[in-house]
Amino acid sequence: MSLVELHAIHKSFGELQVLKGINLSIDEGQVIALIGKSGSGKSTLLRTINGLEVIDDGAIIVDGKKISDRDADLLGLRLQVGMVFQQFNLFPHYTALENVMLSPQVVKKQSKADARKVAEEMLIKVGLADKMMHYPDQLSGGQQQRVAIARALAMKPKVLLCDEVTSALDPELVNEVLAVVRQLAEEGMTLVMVTHEMRFAREVCDKLVFMHQGRIHETGDPEEVFASPKTPELSSFVGGLA
Amino acid sequence: MSEFSNWDIIYNLLMAARWTVLLSLTAFVLGGLVGLLLLMARTAGGAWVKGLVRCYVELFQGTPLLMQLFIVFFGLPLIGLDISPWMAAMLGLTLFTSAFLTEIWRGCVEAIGKGQWEASTSLGMKFTQQMRYIILPQAMRIAVPPTVGFSVQVVKGTAVASIIGFVELTKAGTMITNATYAPFTVYGFVAVMYFLICYPLSLFAGYLEGKFRHVAR
Repeated sequence: MSLVELHAIHKSFGELQVLKGINLSIDEGQVIALIGKSGSGKSTLLRTINGLEVIDDGAIIVDGKKISDRDADLLGLRLQVGMVFQQFNLFPHYTALENVMLSPQVVKKQSKADARKVAEEMLIKVGLADKMMHYPDQLSGGQQQRVAIARALAMKPKVLLCDEVTSALDPELVNEVLAVVRQLAEEGMTLVMVTHEMRFAREVCDKLVFMHQGRIHETGDPEEVFASPKTPELSSFVGGLA
Repeated sequence: MSEFSNWDIIYNLLMAARWTVLLSLTAFVLGGLVGLLLLMARTAGGAWVKGLVRCYVELFQGTPLLMQLFIVFFGLPLIGLDISPWMAAMLGLTLFTSAFLTEIWRGCVEAIGKGQWEASTSLGMKFTQQMRYIILPQAMRIAVPPTVGFSVQVVKGTAVASIIGFVELTKAGTMITNATYAPFTVYGFVAVMYFLICYPLSLFAGYLEGKFRHVAR
């Protein structure tokens, strides 16, 4: 059974139909890349999986349980699905350590000592053992994004969503973040990422999903999809990048 | 008529100034609490609630404080509620303060980026948790200068309570002037005392700004 199943997801912003019936299943340990042009709906799709966008129609099923749009269900969904944003969105008034500790304490009601233990473990994992007491404005973009990853991981999600996590970074900082994501993938974390890093997607992902005009246009093994795109849209998308 | 020395004047003004301070503090604390509740309603409520809060704010911003005090002081007795000058002044200033603080703080909350809401939502926080741990601590820092600036307005606004017969600093000044026929001296002391109350508030603002420096600019 899949960890997360999306059935016929529809989403509109006013008149604009952004998602036109998306079906996607995410298996445990799978690493999925969502690619496509801007406006194809890939970020919106990612945000529905964490309940940041409430769907108009369709079903999200996590661990065999259907998620309704009631607050309690959405909260439960977010406990299982973590998210990392393009703009990091760290809390600027807390240190790196406090950023990571906050949700386990507040949402999961962990003791301060327990939350601290987990937070330290996660910050060490992303290579920031020496930056725990720094505030976000004292960290580089790459370091901030790694704190954001640690913050999401501290909630022990079953799935981690990454929304263009390197797009806001200076080129020389991209690799340190990708290395962390790659390490998570190798450890068996279930990942869904919207990315423009095609080479990275090709190397790390198990499944590539190409979105076009609110639909999944083509999907498959990254090597195959890149080597022989079946649709002219993907072909031109991949060709345009090469 | 007895003779008043400068020390008598200062002593009597100081006694009255206690009421100015007490009235300011009460209005500011109660107004702040009501303002916080209205802010929550304004931020989280439905269209109806938001509209009501907006009307409340507009009503108090769009009328003179003096009229608000008159309406409380002369209006409540008409519906059978006898009210002392102190209660009337406190109630009027509290309502006035809450409306202005709601509006000042709303701007500060809206200045916090959407990303902060989204990140905390994605981590499973509820609205009250987001407000408490993420939004308000950041909004507070940008709110300090206008809030303290406004608290100075509240202190000076308490002078209006002299009109409905509440004996605070200004009213005491008027009474002493009537006895001494020395308006320049008396009101000079009154002005100095207002300044001595208001100036520390500005210093306090500077201190708080330093304290909350780790907030995105």
